[in-house]
Amino acid sequence: MPDRGDAPRTLGELALEVRSKNAGPFWMTLEAFMPDAETYCIADALITAELISELYHVSSASLEIFRLPELHVIKVSFPRPVVQGSLHDRDMHAGQHHVPLASVVVP
Amino acid sequence: MPDQCGPPDSVGILVPSGMLGAGFSPETVTRGISLGADVIAVDGGSTDSGPYYLGTGTAKTTERAVRRDLRLLLAAASRARIPLVVGSCGTSGADSGVNWVAGIVNAIRAEDGLDLTVAKIFSEQRAERLIAELERGRIHALPPRGPLDAATLRRCEHIVGMMGHEPIEQALRAGAHVVLAGRATDTAVSAAFALMRGMPPGPTWHAAKIIECGGQCTTNPASGGVFARIDHAGFTVEPLDPDAACTPTSVAAQMLYETVNPYTIREPGGTIEVAGARYIAIDERTVRVEGSRFEPASPYTVKLEGAAVTGYETVSFTGIRDPQILASIDEWAEFFTKTLTERVQTVLELATDSWGADLRLYGYNAILGELEQAPATPQEVGVMLLVSGEDQQTATAISKLANPLLLHLPLPSMRYLPSFAFATSPAHIDRGAAYEFVLNHVVDVDSPTEMFRLEMTEPGDA
Repeated sequence: MPDRGDAPRTLGELALEVRSKNAGPFWMTLEAFMPDAETYCIADALITAELISELYHVSSASLEIFRLPELHVIKVSFPRPVVQGSLHDRDMHAGQHHVPLASVVVP
Repeated sequence: MPDQCGPPDSVGILVPSGMLGAGFSPETVTRGISLGADVIAVDGGSTDSGPYYLGTGTAKTTERAVRRDLRLLLAAASRARIPLVVGSCGTSGADSGVNWVAGIVNAIRAEDGLDLTVAKIFSEQRAERLIAELERGRIHALPPRGPLDAATLRRCEHIVGMMGHEPIEQALRAGAHVVLAGRATDTAVSAAFALMRGMPPGPTWHAAKIIECGGQCTTNPASGGVFARIDHAGFTVEPLDPDAACTPTSVAAQMLYETVNPYTIREPGGTIEVAGARYIAIDERTVRVEGSRFEPASPYTVKLEGAAVTGYETVSFTGIRDPQILASIDEWAEFFTKTLTERVQTVLELATDSWGADLRLYGYNAILGELEQAPATPQEVGVMLLVSGEDQQTATAISKLANPLLLHLPLPSMRYLPSFAFATSPAHIDRGAAYEFVLNHVVDVDSPTEMFRLEMTEPGDA
């Protein structure tokens, strides 16, 4: 077995950047920017409708997943569970919602 | 702008920054002009900062910063004899925002002796007119929103329609040197002049999307503006900061930014389709894009944005450092909510559905809430209590009732009253009205300009 002590463990560590943002007041979008084709394939296999649905408590039917191998990017959009600016919205720009995805451990 | 005998070979667009009032260096503009800019375009607004700005019709940016940016842009446009287009004036594009920016422009025009014709385009919509459209079946919901009712339209403090390029083109054709548009699509602001000069819609709309956020499409998003040159086969884009670069990846990635779908973007008159676009590096900092398409759609639709008051809010803040409380912080939060709910019912006699509260434990799980996976016991927690009531008096009263709890509430098992660390005196701040975006709908229109009102002003009119 090779020593994997220093190997990346989470998607966030493997990626150039994992980010989230509003796409208008009613949608949120997540993107994983991977450094190369090899890591893109890992992210591609990892990021499924089931995973996002579980991490974000949204129905998989409401998800839109875009796979962009030419950019090494996976993009996922879904309706915001709470509307921007409402009493229970704690992330006005949805700028911190990438963390559950970035924290996923890469198999 | 007099029409020439045929369309020019290309049109150069200077975008000095992603937002009017965000600031840019004077060299940004000088460089853009030296590259042969035919128009300066800048966005003045966004919904991204939340519903407050449309709800109140006030700007996120300050007058001082907007005046500084406009002074540089007006001088450059006047000297180069090219038009300046500002979209979504005053953040929300409400009529008050257009008039606010126009007031600043008029003052600069008078102070600096600029002979410029200024067009204002108003985009605010009256609820009653939209209700008539609703009754005719001409308003449709966009996902995830459901069908609209008249009451929702009447609840809105302000409603704006997002214009396409046509009202801006109309103003330019009427002789405007400066166009101050109400709510407009971010892309229409950059696309209008190029479309008017006969550039093909595919490359023009795609270029407009790439440059609308300024330096965001470069390797250094914090850098200043960008310059795009659109021609009959495609467009090229480069940063105006000599130390930044556009790469095929940085440009292509711009289609991801704040979009639901990276391949298609809906405009009032059709859809930008970039799935077939090719991004080619011309040199180490310039990118050429070809293969973008624009598919016209029928009917022409104008998207609506509306903000309504949801209540009046008060925010309170305290700090907890006591390890005993922090070890059982979930239990404490649950006890807090239960105790506050009971007190509001008994002391203020308010029905539970007439008010709301959001208790946020910053340092523990405030941001992600139930999405947070097994947060560790924190070293300290900032407790924010956000209360919403039907009027300010109610929200304040509930917050004052919560004050002793935010100061002293023990865990249910504790036999003494702890005291927590208020950060300020008083510990609460009244926030006034709170707003929510309530529209995500489009209206079918017969003409792209029918919902927008054009007003031209000459120097001296102001």
